[in-house]
Amino acid sequence: MKTPRKIVLLGATKGMGRALSRVLSARGDLLFLLGRDEEDLAKTQADCAVTGSEPVGFALCDLEDPTGFDAALGAADLALGGFDTVIVTAGMFATQDALERDPVLAARVLTVNFTNTVVFCEFARKMLLARGGGALCVFSSVAGERGRKPIVIYGASKAGLSQYLEGLDHKFRASGLRVLTVKPGFVHTGMTEGLKAPPFAGEPEDVARTVVHAIDAGKAVVYAPMPWAPIMAVIRALPRFVMRKVGF
Amino acid sequence: MNHSESVLSGWGRIGVLGHERRSENLREASRDAVLSRGLGRSYGDSALPPPSAREVLGTALADRLLGFDEGTGILHAEAGVSIEQLNRRMLPMGYFVPVTPGTQFVTMGGAVAADVHGKNHHVAGCFGEHVTRMTMRVASGEIVSVSPNENADLFWATVGGMGLTGHILDVEFAMKRVPSPWIYQESWRVPDIDAYIDALAEGAKKFDYTVGWIDCLSRGKNMGRGILMAGDWAKPEQAPSRYPSPLPKLSMPFELPSFALNPLSIKAFNFGFYWKHLAQHQQGLVHWQTFFYPLDMIRGWNKMYGPRGFTQYQCVLPAGDQRRSARRVLDVLSREGGASFLCVIKDCGEQGQGILSFPMKGISIALDIPVNDRTQKLIDTLNEVVLEENGRIYLAKDQFTRPEHFAAMEPRLEKFRQVRDRWDPTHKIRSAQSVRLLGDRP
Ligand SMILES: Cc1cc2nc3c(=O)[nH]c(=O)nc-3n(C[C@H](O)[C@H](O)[C@H](O)COP(=O)(O)OP(=O)(O)OC[C@H]3O[C@@H](n4cnc5c(N)ncnc54)[C@H](O)[C@@H]3O)c2cc1C
Ligand SMILES: NC(=O)c1ccc[n+]([C@@H]2O[C@H](COP(=O)([O-])OP(=O)(O)OC[C@H]3O[C@@H](n4cnc5c(N)ncnc54)[C@H](OP(=O)(O)O)[C@@H]3O)[C@@H](O)[C@H]2O)c1
Repeated sequence: MKTPRKIVLLGATKGMGRALSRVLSARGDLLFLLGRDEEDLAKTQADCAVTGSEPVGFALCDLEDPTGFDAALGAADLALGGFDTVIVTAGMFATQDALERDPVLAARVLTVNFTNTVVFCEFARKMLLARGGGALCVFSSVAGERGRKPIVIYGASKAGLSQYLEGLDHKFRASGLRVLTVKPGFVHTGMTEGLKAPPFAGEPEDVARTVVHAIDAGKAVVYAPMPWAPIMAVIRALPRFVMRKVGF
Repeated sequence: MNHSESVLSGWGRIGVLGHERRSENLREASRDAVLSRGLGRSYGDSALPPPSAREVLGTALADRLLGFDEGTGILHAEAGVSIEQLNRRMLPMGYFVPVTPGTQFVTMGGAVAADVHGKNHHVAGCFGEHVTRMTMRVASGEIVSVSPNENADLFWATVGGMGLTGHILDVEFAMKRVPSPWIYQESWRVPDIDAYIDALAEGAKKFDYTVGWIDCLSRGKNMGRGILMAGDWAKPEQAPSRYPSPLPKLSMPFELPSFALNPLSIKAFNFGFYWKHLAQHQQGLVHWQTFFYPLDMIRGWNKMYGPRGFTQYQCVLPAGDQRRSARRVLDVLSREGGASFLCVIKDCGEQGQGILSFPMKGISIALDIPVNDRTQKLIDTLNEVVLEENGRIYLAKDQFTRPEHFAAMEPRLEKFRQVRDRWDPTHKIRSAQSVRLLGDRP
């Protein structure tokens, strides 16, 4: 087997991050978990330990509080003896209705998904570059590909994030930083609970496997689950007058 | 999503107005919930809300393993962990669930609440027998630990109690160490019901897992001809050294029209299944999925029964003159014209300690029945025969039994009511099934 990765994972307590933590620990990678609740982080640590390598530790890190980012990454670096991979699955969703009703909520979603995720990535990529590079994998969304009626604001937050990640990739790939933008389609997790699932909705386990493969292959962009790549190719190609008419 | 029009159903697809709300955090979400629901693989109305509540708590996102003791094999799991996940994660380590039903898409909560039984009932009993402790949220709002030594009354009422005694948050139980991830199987083509019942008893002496399928459309001397399957985990020296690769997933993309399943097509299926097993006796290694979960090969196969849905009738008939009592049940089926696509017969070991646990020493018969205007009458008639034979029905499958029939079959009901009343005097926790069968307020 290859030497295990040393990975910082922000967002492992639920959904696709939880699924990723299982796949990575099962193949022997070393994990350090970041999240908002210690009791919850300890449960994910235990969950990984049953069927894989036990994550070496965890620390608090809240995307609503950028003052904690440096310390959290520092703790991870210490525990892992220098990390080589950073993964961010953490993110926030609310329906367009709720976001239109509540500007404070809208500000939070924009801040968590865009501003503060970018700030977190800036800390992470500097640490990675300082030791010659590594992998930075961040979950954006297909929602950032086109302005669409049901996801105007959430989509904008992910569009901004995707744009930033693409820029990083262009600027730093030659220096050894491999930035992967993950663009999931609809996946059954707590985030999408209660929403009407489209056909081709996927499971977090399938996304996790695809993403691990893409990280290892050094890809820049990956769509998951599979059918979303061609679907988004079509949606990107639709003229504006069509997008204005359709409801998705 | 606007839930006012949503419909929730069991595996038989006969729905009621309602929806589930899933949460990772069962501790929080169970506070005011009327009922917990796992993966909805119970056929009838046991995981459906009572008419006035509409919303049930979906547990499937609470799927973390909280600890595993390799010495004792005791696994601590959140209630929403499914057997499918355990198979995927723990079979490569050499562990399998102590008891599994015929689908792997069931949660720990559902396995306990129905006290599920499997092909190894004659040696391993039901799932509940392997449970050492659980954490529950009870109707008072309290969180309590239950085990055979701690709040034992609540523990044994919850095992087989169909969710009516409280919300199971996490479960500790003993996993089974297996010698290899392969199954050694033998199977026989059996000419009639008498031979079949004898063969089951013979198989049970030699194998940990036995089950069989019979053609319940053939009448007269062929009545109850079928295929008996028996198996054990293969020993390392019998098995390939490689791990079995995952089987391809197929799915039923849309529902078939109601007329697609008719007595003729069902007959053709049964005929084909029987004669596909050409040699009278076959043996060899098989994939564990093929052996334990043949129906899981086609996702959403329940859509095959069309828009009206279907029900499964499962009863257990006590040991004694099983040949006669089994014939009586099959007779009713053919007389009332209830063609059954699948008819599974399995012998059961001793009754477990769960107050309402289904199996008892004897023979279990399970029939899949497409719903039509005559279904209620068919189930009533079947229940009358089962009552006369001192048998009982399986709540995890039921949607049609009348309360008076159920009460007459279940002398244990009084004890269950006492424990339930002690922990939930107002019956805050209830289901569509408990409204129908136990007279709970809607
Ligand atoms: C193809 C197929 C084959 C089957 N074969 C068998 C078999 O061989 N043997 C057998 O015994 N059964 C069998 N079953 C039935 C199935 O095992 C049971 O109905 C099981 O309870 C389903 O689990 P679930 O997680 O889907 O629960 P659900 O169907 O969602 O719920 C079932 C019951 O459990 C309760 N419940 C669920 N979670 C909790 C919780 N956390 N706390 C409290 N109560 C809870 C619900 O309230 C409900 O009463 C089969 C079903 C199918 C579809
Ligand atoms: N599900 C989909 O269909 C879908 C589609 C496209 C894109 N995505 C994106 O994919 C990523 C993962 O989604 P998911 O479906 O797995 O979501 P999820 O199940 O809701 O999990 C979200 C994770 O983010 C964490 N998180 C949320 N806010 C946080 C904060 N302020 N600080 C730190 N952590 C925070 C959560 O931690 P707690 O446990 O503390 O809450 C949780 O671990 C997200 O970025 C999402 O936007 C999802």
